[in-house]
Amino acid sequence: MPAARPANGTVAVEVEGLSKAFGDKVVVHNLSMRVLRGQIYGFLGPNGSGKTTTLRMVCGLLTPDGGRGTALGYDILTERDKIKRHVGYMTQRFSLYQDLTIQENLEFVARVYCLPEPERQAAAAIERLGLAGREKQLAGTLSGGWKQRLALGACILPKPELLLLDEPTAGVDPKARREFWNEIHKLAAEGMTVLVSTHYMDEAERCHEIAYIAYGELLAQGTIPEVIAQSNLKTYTVSGPDLQSLADKLTGIPGVDMVAPFGTSLHVAGRDAGKLDAALADFRKRPELSFSDSAPTLEDVFIDLMSRSRDNFQ
Amino acid sequence: MTATTAARRPQSGALTRTVAMFIKEFVQLRRDRLTFATMIFIPVVQLLLFGYAINTNPRHLPTAVLMHEENDVTRSILTAVDNTGYFRLTKVARSEAEMDHWLRSGTVLFGIEVPVGFERSLRRGDKPALLIVADATDPMAAGSALGALDGILQTALAGNRGLPELAAQPAAFEIRQHRRYNPAGVTSLNIVPGLLGTILTMTMLIFTALSVTREVERGTMESLLAMPIEPLEIMIGKIAPYIVIGFIQATLIIGLGVAMFGVPVLGSITLLAALSTLFIAANLSIGYTFSTIAQNQLQAIQMSFMFFLPNILLSGFMFPFAGMPQWAQWLGEALPLTHYIRIVRGIMLKGATLADLQGEALALLGLMLLAMTLAVRRFRRTLD
Repeated sequence: MPAARPANGTVAVEVEGLSKAFGDKVVVHNLSMRVLRGQIYGFLGPNGSGKTTTLRMVCGLLTPDGGRGTALGYDILTERDKIKRHVGYMTQRFSLYQDLTIQENLEFVARVYCLPEPERQAAAAIERLGLAGREKQLAGTLSGGWKQRLALGACILPKPELLLLDEPTAGVDPKARREFWNEIHKLAAEGMTVLVSTHYMDEAERCHEIAYIAYGELLAQGTIPEVIAQSNLKTYTVSGPDLQSLADKLTGIPGVDMVAPFGTSLHVAGRDAGKLDAALADFRKRPELSFSDSAPTLEDVFIDLMSRSRDNFQ
Repeated sequence: MTATTAARRPQSGALTRTVAMFIKEFVQLRRDRLTFATMIFIPVVQLLLFGYAINTNPRHLPTAVLMHEENDVTRSILTAVDNTGYFRLTKVARSEAEMDHWLRSGTVLFGIEVPVGFERSLRRGDKPALLIVADATDPMAAGSALGALDGILQTALAGNRGLPELAAQPAAFEIRQHRRYNPAGVTSLNIVPGLLGTILTMTMLIFTALSVTREVERGTMESLLAMPIEPLEIMIGKIAPYIVIGFIQATLIIGLGVAMFGVPVLGSITLLAALSTLFIAANLSIGYTFSTIAQNQLQAIQMSFMFFLPNILLSGFMFPFAGMPQWAQWLGEALPLTHYIRIVRGIMLKGATLADLQGEALALLGLMLLAMTLAVRRFRRTLD
């Protein structure tokens, strides 16, 4: 690790009013965010919400139509060459050379970044990844989980200060996901800043801070308790028989903003506690249903945010 | 139940599935604009282009004259030569060396030399000889023109009132033809050097034409663009290995040409190697440029093919270059193969030196730099 790395707590990524459209489809709209050094910053949102586009703008792969920003202090519009030297970007689709071996892929990366002794660096990375003995295996023949680990290994080989991971664990089994996240935490502890996009809720909870983005707009950001608090959701957990028909009845009643089944219970939430209670008053009289006060989960918040933003979007 | 239905009517299922495939292919084809364009472009443009450009009985071939004496008689003869329609007097040489240089460099296809004392010998009835040197590297180009020369023996002096006594007399002089470089008119001496260029063009174009589109299609381009590597570095790194491969190919073809077809290498082999390398690099650069323009590998191959066809037909490989109309010759000049064929024929068959071929070498260099500049500028540094 370079000794001159700026202290944790200073800004690693800062963007303001970032916008991007492809044709007449606005993919990212007026997005502002701030990521501190050494943080794991989770980027959540449904498919097509603009997560990938935002990551690509941060690392200089896409030119924003509007707005400004810096990554590691370099301007994302004018200093892309410098950004590329210090940022590792792991694409959503496996983008190492399938027809090169593990060793050859890593050597290629090492050479492009002008690392000294590329063969030794690649060998050391293989050792770290736990791929020793498989150096000569073609990258294309690895399983999904190993491909992700190799891609991460290639990304961190040049020791970037900022790591951008685009849905790194999509399609990876739970054990491999857990190992992957342990690795991310280790890197962050060493001072690397990590910006990671995902749509797994459990992964959101592994991040220091999260941002929720839907339809190109950033709807909430902060630590998980902050995001939950910001939502001002009043939530009840309802249990009882035939919850599906109850859910159908509740949906659309003024004051009920979200109805979502959770296993054998139903989460019912509203942004205005008074209106929600009024709406539920009749239902609470039913003896077969039991209502209990509950704190909203992150998922409740996201589903609510999504339904709100969809109204704006359409 | 479905299984029994299918078993009863196996053909209808096959038809439905075939139609499903047919529709899918057609929709995909329609979506690829360039493929659609090539379907129209290849037949129409190429047919018109080559239909008008190719001429197997070339006329107005560039000819140099070396006049050791100039008078009424020699002027009449030159006019007669011009009137055959096969020769176009483009250069007047001051010495034999100058004429040889033009022949070696391919500037002219014929040299006419009027010897000293031609008129005097003519008047004395000594039947003087007019020397015609033909560049016979391409037997097809020189053949009909030389055949037409016999006719002027009868007519050259017929209209000349200053020489009434000679006008009546047939064949007062003779024409000595000298088919230089390929006196026996062996086709392989012409074809083998041409094939060297053609084979190199085809293989080199395809090698690099696929190189960028392959990265895009396999998704590796996204990673590559996020790395600190410049378009120029990517291009040179991608072209260089194929220069070595092209060089091996060239060595193989020349070796076989010499060993099996008896094609000579009269000029410097070092010069041939150097200019072949330049030609290989030029074609690789053009292929690479296609690669930066095409959106997928199929398009890149189509572009290479569209470029390859004029290379074969308009470069002077298959049909005489000088026989094409002027516009087609200009098009031909823009193709690297045109220049390379002149270089290879020049060095192998004519013993040409760099001084004879510097124009062609500069043209190759220019085309290569043009393609490289275009490629680097076209290279998309972002995913926008």
